[in-house]
Amino acid sequence: MAADMKFAKTHEWIRPEAGGLATVGISAYAVEALTDLVFMQLPAVGRKVKAGESIGEIESVKAVSDMYAPVSGEIVEVNTALPGQLETLGKDPYGAGWIVRIRPDDQAEMGTLLDQAAYDALVKS
Amino acid sequence: MSSTPLRTPLATWHETHGGRMVDFAGWWMPVQYASIVDEHLATRQAIGLFDVSHMGRLTVEGPASLAWLESLLTRRVANLAVGQARYTLVTSDEGPDGLTILDDALVTREADAPDGTPRLAMVVNASNRDRVVAWLRSQLPAVGVSFADRTAETAMIAVQGPLAVATVCVLCGDDDAGRISGLGTYRATRAVVAGQPAAVSRTGYTGEDGVEVVVAADAAEAVWQAIHDAGRPRGLKPCGLGARDTLRLEAGMPLYGHELVADSDPFAIGLGLAVNLDDAAARPRRFPGRDALAAMKRSPAPRVRVGLAFDSRRAAREGSPVVAVGLPVGTVTSGSLAPSLGHAVAMALVDRAVAAADTPLDVLIREAAQPAKVVPLPFFKRRAPRT
Repeated sequence: MAADMKFAKTHEWIRPEAGGLATVGISAYAVEALTDLVFMQLPAVGRKVKAGESIGEIESVKAVSDMYAPVSGEIVEVNTALPGQLETLGKDPYGAGWIVRIRPDDQAEMGTLLDQAAYDALVKS
Repeated sequence: MSSTPLRTPLATWHETHGGRMVDFAGWWMPVQYASIVDEHLATRQAIGLFDVSHMGRLTVEGPASLAWLESLLTRRVANLAVGQARYTLVTSDEGPDGLTILDDALVTREADAPDGTPRLAMVVNASNRDRVVAWLRSQLPAVGVSFADRTAETAMIAVQGPLAVATVCVLCGDDDAGRISGLGTYRATRAVVAGQPAAVSRTGYTGEDGVEVVVAADAAEAVWQAIHDAGRPRGLKPCGLGARDTLRLEAGMPLYGHELVADSDPFAIGLGLAVNLDDAAARPRRFPGRDALAAMKRSPAPRVRVGLAFDSRRAAREGSPVVAVGLPVGTVTSGSLAPSLGHAVAMALVDRAVAAADTPLDVLIREAAQPAKVVPLPFFKRRAPRT
């Protein structure tokens, strides 16, 4: 897992990419906790979002959960293959299971998120 | 509701076997162990093992017990044969229309006491147990009926699925195995299961063949483990309340608090069979709420319970509005992915005008209209039971 990957308390991960973009997904812990995924709704490309704003929803047999933008920015790409093969989220949550690419308004905002050790501590508590 | 949930005799087993525990109706219960879908499919294909000890277990004994329940329940009780179970509603005549449905329940006439005194058992919902017990106690006659809440001193294990009965039978002696495998639906017997005295009934809440086994609380873990181990090579999975809910939904079974509520019209939600207004000789019975129920039968309610099938896997949830050409026509009472079918289903109360099979309707799921169509209940029907 990339050392520069950061996590939101709401279980999204974000990883900086070339060209000032960042990739966002949800953590293996969150996928495991949800289980039995049945549906995912992705945001529209071009949408401007604020950190903490819902960017879509993910539904399991028992519950619907929102996915939140870990940072403010513009959605520049979505993983359109994912809703049709939600098992990818369980197999490769930090790779092929990516959800959106975002152009952060402020790269420094990622610094306010949890690093891997802090996130691991959060989900183990 | 108490702040600390109650523990069934199997709670520790669930915790040590990966159960994801939640507070359900005041009880600390597993919602799932691993995957709800896998547990659901194991029940349809082989065996699901469920701890249903949170359900309320009541006993009614004494020379006047049959007559007393006959005077209180919506189903005829007086003519129950020994070993026969019936689904009934528990009603009071409180409320503005003279009817409050307190619960739905299963009432079973068990073997008479050695002196010939009738004995009955009732199973009620965990969420309604306190008020049902209080109501029944308030109606007790001075003599002739002994009423007790046995929930804490017993456990109840549901073994459901096409291989369930055969699996329980390998844990019994030949005579008991023969009686259990010979039980008709809604019939019950005493038996010794895995060395423990048990009440075994051919009942369940999954739409599958199977039994429910009541044992003493201190025998629960031994019996559970024995069934688990005997069933494991045949594909048994322990199942949580999540799979119990998806299974009963596919089977089109109502759940109190969802399809069935205190002021429901039973005739509009497919529970007319749970109401015997008259006795076997066609004379009016007397029980609380009878007049209100008779009026409901005479004047059909505007909305009826239907099944809705979706193309997508996205589930409607309780409270989702049902619309036809943009106009509200009903409300979803339960909804989920149907794991056996691969698409979402829901039960809903809708206007009679749109209740016919194949009627296209929209359901608003988080404000987005999802197309659905009315389908007959149950959504899933098992293959004919093997004989």
